[in-house]
Amino acid sequence: MCDTCGCGQPEDEIIIRKPGEKGHVHMHDHDHHGHDHSHHHHEHGDHGHTHEHPHAAREIVVGENIMQKNDLLAERNRGFFEAKNIVALNLVSSPGSGKTTLLEKTLTDRKGSNPFVVIEGDQQTMNDADRINATGIPVVQINTGNGCHLDAAMINRAVKQLEVPQGAFLMIENVGNLVCPALFDLGEQSRVVIISVTEGDDKPVKYPTMFETSDLCVINKMDLLPYVDFEVEKLKEYALTINPDITFITLSARTGEGMEAWYEWLETKKNLS
Amino acid sequence: MHELSIAMSIVEIAKDYASREGAVKVIGMEIEIGDLSGVVIEALDFALQEAVRDTCCEGAAWNIIPVHAVGRCPSCGKENKVESAFVPCPDCGAYGLQIIKGRELKVKSLVIDD
Repeated sequence: MCDTCGCGQPEDEIIIRKPGEKGHVHMHDHDHHGHDHSHHHHEHGDHGHTHEHPHAAREIVVGENIMQKNDLLAERNRGFFEAKNIVALNLVSSPGSGKTTLLEKTLTDRKGSNPFVVIEGDQQTMNDADRINATGIPVVQINTGNGCHLDAAMINRAVKQLEVPQGAFLMIENVGNLVCPALFDLGEQSRVVIISVTEGDDKPVKYPTMFETSDLCVINKMDLLPYVDFEVEKLKEYALTINPDITFITLSARTGEGMEAWYEWLETKKNLS
Repeated sequence: MHELSIAMSIVEIAKDYASREGAVKVIGMEIEIGDLSGVVIEALDFALQEAVRDTCCEGAAWNIIPVHAVGRCPSCGKENKVESAFVPCPDCGAYGLQIIKGRELKVKSLVIDD
């Protein structure tokens, strides 16, 4: 049970909150939790219910794309961002590739030149939002509970809590997961996949959907390259077979090496929005 | 996992259509899942059992129809059944196959009970 407001089944709840906030916004999925008492009565009674009225049953053709609801909301998000010249970036990767550190460094170095706003996504804890908060940048944390990805509805909800200024960078740090987030359009302008040299250089062929749907691949932790077997050229080759249009930046968020190319790339995104 | 959110979306769609038709219950669903959609059918089946609970779809029978992937080659124009989007064309060996079938995530039809 949620110990803030006493609501039930916290694992299925999506919670959105800012660092230091007492209350928080829930995204309840009422249909899933089911407060539909009339159907309970059907189940306790006649198990043969559906078979007793075959004449009332009829088939209807639907043909509806299951992702349509998410995709439509993603386009609404996209429209909102375009209207306000907001550059929304979806940062995806495995857990531990250095997304949050990259963000911390970017925000610390660049907050003087541009407004930034951050949406953090994790199953649990405010840890990442607290780190971003320490840089002085507005941030909201989405806790997905058992959920493994962010979707357009969560972004739509989080943006309403944030008040994103005109011309800002909206950095969305997705849940660390190279599989599921690939399927969910958030309404972003660009998707950035971050991989670190401590991972395998064959990641792109093992997780092709993520690389296929990303625009930029950031290769992080370059300061550790001498100590691992990772081959940057191999990674690039693999990624290009999956997505011939993907581009690359090598850097170390920890030491600052290569960050200039990343900042330049960010600047080019501003002109497109 | 995300099959649960896909299952919940399926139930949402079913509910929408059922209520539009004035139906009380959904007793059957036909769902098309492409081989390259990123959805694992066994996981979706399992997730649906959870997602229909306490909804108008509870007790429904469903049929998940896999759709095999077909790729069209941008070089030679031939269409072939493929196992992945990232293989060379079986006819001419060129890369960059256009997937024309196999990414479906669709509620095809419903059987509703008035």
